[in-house]
Amino acid sequence: MTADPTILLELGSAPPLDAASVAAAPAERRERGPRASPRAHAALLAWLLPAAVLAGAEAAGRLGWVASNLLPTPSDVARALLDLGGHTVLAHVVASTARVAAGYAMGAALALAIGSLVGLSSTARALLDPSFQALRAIPSLAWVPLLLLWLGIGEAPKLAMIAIGAFFPVYMGVVAGIRGVDRKLVEVARLMRLRPLALVRRVLLPAALPSVMTGLRNGLSLAWMFMVAGELIAASSGLGYLLTDGRETSRADLVLAAIVLLAVLGKLSDGAMARLERRLLSWRDVVDDGAVR
Amino acid sequence: MNAAPRSIEPALDVHVRAKRFGERVILDDVRVHLAPGELACLVGASGCGKSTLLRIAAGLDGAFEGSVRVDGVRHDAPSRAVAVVFQEPRLFPWCSVADNIAFEAGGAAPGDAAVASLLAEVGLPGYEDALPRQLSGGQAQRVALARALAGRPRVLLLDEPFSAVDAFTRMKLQDLLAGLVRRKGIAALLVTHDIDEAAYLGDRVLVLDADPGRLRETIALPLARPRDREDAALAAARARVFHGLRAAQAV
Repeated sequence: MTADPTILLELGSAPPLDAASVAAAPAERRERGPRASPRAHAALLAWLLPAAVLAGAEAAGRLGWVASNLLPTPSDVARALLDLGGHTVLAHVVASTARVAAGYAMGAALALAIGSLVGLSSTARALLDPSFQALRAIPSLAWVPLLLLWLGIGEAPKLAMIAIGAFFPVYMGVVAGIRGVDRKLVEVARLMRLRPLALVRRVLLPAALPSVMTGLRNGLSLAWMFMVAGELIAASSGLGYLLTDGRETSRADLVLAAIVLLAVLGKLSDGAMARLERRLLSWRDVVDDGAVR
Repeated sequence: MNAAPRSIEPALDVHVRAKRFGERVILDDVRVHLAPGELACLVGASGCGKSTLLRIAAGLDGAFEGSVRVDGVRHDAPSRAVAVVFQEPRLFPWCSVADNIAFEAGGAAPGDAAVASLLAEVGLPGYEDALPRQLSGGQAQRVALARALAGRPRVLLLDEPFSAVDAFTRMKLQDLLAGLVRRKGIAALLVTHDIDEAAYLGDRVLVLDADPGRLRETIALPLARPRDREDAALAAARARVFHGLRAAQAV
């Protein structure tokens, strides 16, 4: 029983501590390794509640505790989706996602521009902010009749609806972010004689980014909500249409299927935004997930 | 720049005839001048206008009667010739240490030799890629010092720069500052509340009266450098600063 010499060699030549990398990573740079298993643990925990609810609903339906026409079992919902056919489901998902993407892009871009203006200029703030605060207070559904009157029943009112939904959280995030920039950092920039444009680009925007990202995330989830509100009225495709269709044909399984798809899409898009946020804001000295256990 | 012939002008000459906040006179006929390579400490009660004087000298506050001259030239707005280190490091948290130091130049090039030598000078060689959140308070203040030196200033203004770090770190940073000022021939004006610090670092200690802020006393401390913290002469200097502050009713 002789040990494999190559293994011995590998064990014997453990990589030495590299002086350069130690110097480059002075303070407690967080390691990825030890965090991986608590992360997997958290991911497992996250599935516990949905799994329990699904199992409970399935059992309740099978055992006849609830009327299956009101609460179809998860397997019925899955079957409803299968019956619709992958192609049809995909078409609905794509229609809704495309509307959200287009409406969100318009609303968020406009909010970034106007929010920056209001954040940077006190004149613009005095001029615009009170009106935007009033507009913000309007409930989403109140826009529907007006948008239908103005824009007809095509794609335009739906996109406008989503853009309105996305606009306000992003606007609020941008304004709050810029106005909340640490005066002390701005003073340093003044000492370095940064020109106004450089001040915006190199100090104000990076400093406002955490708040802007929060606004972008909230805006995206509101965009999904407003998309449903838009599709509930006069749509022939999309998840909102699926909801209406299910209600009109008294098919709770279709309604639930659409709801589940909305939850999945919302979670996926928010997860992508969260990853983007973590990457852009890795410089922050904050208690992020995993740091507190 | 260091090789250029030294003019007889003081490196910094601040003359505030009057500085008011509303009706209140904050500074009343205060004149401070510093020779190149000289380190003066400004002490006085809280609210006596020390930091205001520093902000005026930095060109951050132009609403006063009087003038600021650097090497004999009027200095009305922030410039490269005058650098400031604040009580907090005030590093940009999204920039690496190297980019913070080279911020004014638009950021650091990879392997920037000027940044590397500045980091070596403040005792943090190899920290280019670290982020501010990874630094201790003392390390962050060293980076702030390196950033202040990056523009090769003639005058360095420091507003209680070492008051937020522990006692041992403070001593190391004081030695670092004294060495840098001497080596580079920079004129430094340091606002402090720490009597030991004023006596240990100052070529002169300026005692400011409060309400209104007036220069009460200038204590010359012609002790040899590097100074010995256990020296009896330093203890005597400390006592003089203490008496000055007591006369100014700061203690």
